[in-house]
Amino acid sequence: MTDTTTRPSASGETEYVPQDGKLLEVEDLHVEFHTADGVAKAINGVSFDLHQGESLAILGESGSGKSVTAQAIMGILDMPPAVIPGGHIRYCGQDLLTMPEEQRRKTRGPEVSMIFQDALSALNPVFPVGWQIAEMFRIHRDMNKSDALEQAVRLMERVQIPGAKDRVKAYPHQFSGGMRQRIMIAVAIALDPAVLIADEPTTALDVTVQAQIMSLLEELQEERQMGLILITHDLGVVADVADRIAVMYAGRLVEKADVHDLYASPAHPYTRGLLESIPRLDQKGQTLAAIGGLPPNLMRIPDGCAFNPRCRMAQDRCRTEVPELREVAPGRLSACHFAEEVIDA
Amino acid sequence: MTEQSVVEETHVQDPHDAGEERSLASDAWRAMRKNPLFWISAVMITVFVLMAAFPSLFTSTSPNQPVLAEARSLPGDGTWFGRDFQGYDIYARCIYGARASILVGLFTTIGTVLVGGVIGVMSGYLGGWVDSLLSRIGDVFFAIPLLLGAIIFLVSLPGFFDSNYLLIVLKVVLALVVLGWPSLARLMRSSVIQVKPNDYVQAARALGASPARVIGSHILPNALAPMIVVATINLGAYIAAEATLSFLGIGLQYPAISWGIDISSAIIGLRTTPHMLFFPGLFLSLAVLAFIMLGDAVRDALDPKSR
Repeated sequence: MTDTTTRPSASGETEYVPQDGKLLEVEDLHVEFHTADGVAKAINGVSFDLHQGESLAILGESGSGKSVTAQAIMGILDMPPAVIPGGHIRYCGQDLLTMPEEQRRKTRGPEVSMIFQDALSALNPVFPVGWQIAEMFRIHRDMNKSDALEQAVRLMERVQIPGAKDRVKAYPHQFSGGMRQRIMIAVAIALDPAVLIADEPTTALDVTVQAQIMSLLEELQEERQMGLILITHDLGVVADVADRIAVMYAGRLVEKADVHDLYASPAHPYTRGLLESIPRLDQKGQTLAAIGGLPPNLMRIPDGCAFNPRCRMAQDRCRTEVPELREVAPGRLSACHFAEEVIDA
Repeated sequence: MTEQSVVEETHVQDPHDAGEERSLASDAWRAMRKNPLFWISAVMITVFVLMAAFPSLFTSTSPNQPVLAEARSLPGDGTWFGRDFQGYDIYARCIYGARASILVGLFTTIGTVLVGGVIGVMSGYLGGWVDSLLSRIGDVFFAIPLLLGAIIFLVSLPGFFDSNYLLIVLKVVLALVVLGWPSLARLMRSSVIQVKPNDYVQAARALGASPARVIGSHILPNALAPMIVVATINLGAYIAAEATLSFLGIGLQYPAISWGIDISSAIIGLRTTPHMLFFPGLFLSLAVLAFIMLGDAVRDALDPKSR
């Protein structure tokens, strides 16, 4: 985080310099989807920032808005139906949302890059993988074909694909799931981005491969001092890699804390419910502890705290008053009226 | 980390595709090679194309040299297919007639693919009001019956188009393109809409590809297959449509030689001299059949479910 040297700009036009080590600042972001059935409020005021070399995990159930946050940062939301009525996303101090589209496009790849959940569908089935990695160098760096392909082989070796030289001309369907995700990672880090967003990078993989992919990501992140945003619903996956965790519920951040603090003593009933619902070996034969009820319909988010219908601790105040995300202990934020009690429990 | 990656590499690719690269095109070619339908149609099409390009390879007789004394002679009486009312050699006219049919079929296909393809990609990719507008315009043309539309279109064209052979062919091509593009545009639109939400298109956008690049290297290659199949089959259909228009006297006209014109002039002798009708009819049917069979073979080859 002490390294604030200027990054060489691939586009050759704009230089992006992190400000006080801050790569990315998301401030009061709102995203709505205008559909025929009404307005779904997918994100309702999310703020966080990401420093150089930091990994931030965004945790939440399906529909909590974590993927939409990632897509909003990347600028790949389909608009319409999506609308961003408010908020800022600043990359090195420059607001991506007000930037001209052409300039913003040039940040994708060399500055901010993304890994998708299912690598098979995220790779183009009609082109060899080497071609797809090389494409990055050819578009953004005007490299000629053979140089770009050489770089592609080097990257494939870097993400530990055995026999990279021989497999550079193979097609995505000829690789196993884990290898495909490695290729996707190679494409995403090809231009040495400052920020890498991984949207559930291991969800489609089996458990042993998950660990390999996560440690590869961790390794690459340390090597290149990238800011990593890891989006997941799997608490087990993030424990080793993430520095900080942000928990999302119904389009809001409900808790933000260091990974150790959060695991040791969650400060929000929702986080506690998530941690308790991890199946444990020493509780064999007992009922799984699950959070009762369903995530709210985003078109009708409950008044007050969005979590109140499912919360065991909910009181009258929770049904009327939206809890602010506030500092409840040094370096810990929680959006619960009774956060102090939750931590102590 | 190193020992972990060794474990994963036990997933080796299928033994049968080891070594050889497999792309959609090479897969399709492999499937097509085994299909007798493909070879039959390919040979027939080659013969018709040769006929169109070098008719003198097949006959040394001129199709425009009447021998009135031998008019209406039967096959075998000095000529292979006999002579028609004007004393023209029917065999020579069948050979020379291929050129008009192939030209019309080919140019109409190219024209509809270009117009329909571009409009289909635009409405599929851009969506919204562009899609609505283009689709409604397509619907308007789609609603016009081919023959009725072609009659009006061809009759209302200025006489300038009747001045030479190529212009006459071009006139028919124009009519067929104007009335034929909407079906390909619809097809292209729907396959673009199918391909567009795929993750790799999103991924390409997320990695900084420009819209032109997203369309050119990610959407088009994945959306082109249905268009190729239908365009091949349509080529045969357009040859038939040209013959129909020429038969009605509004398509190709003298000095062009066309199977449709010959069929039309033979119709009065249907009962007395059926050979005049039979041979151009046979050539026309074979040409249409060849392209439709090729289209079938291409469809089978491009459809992964058929393997």
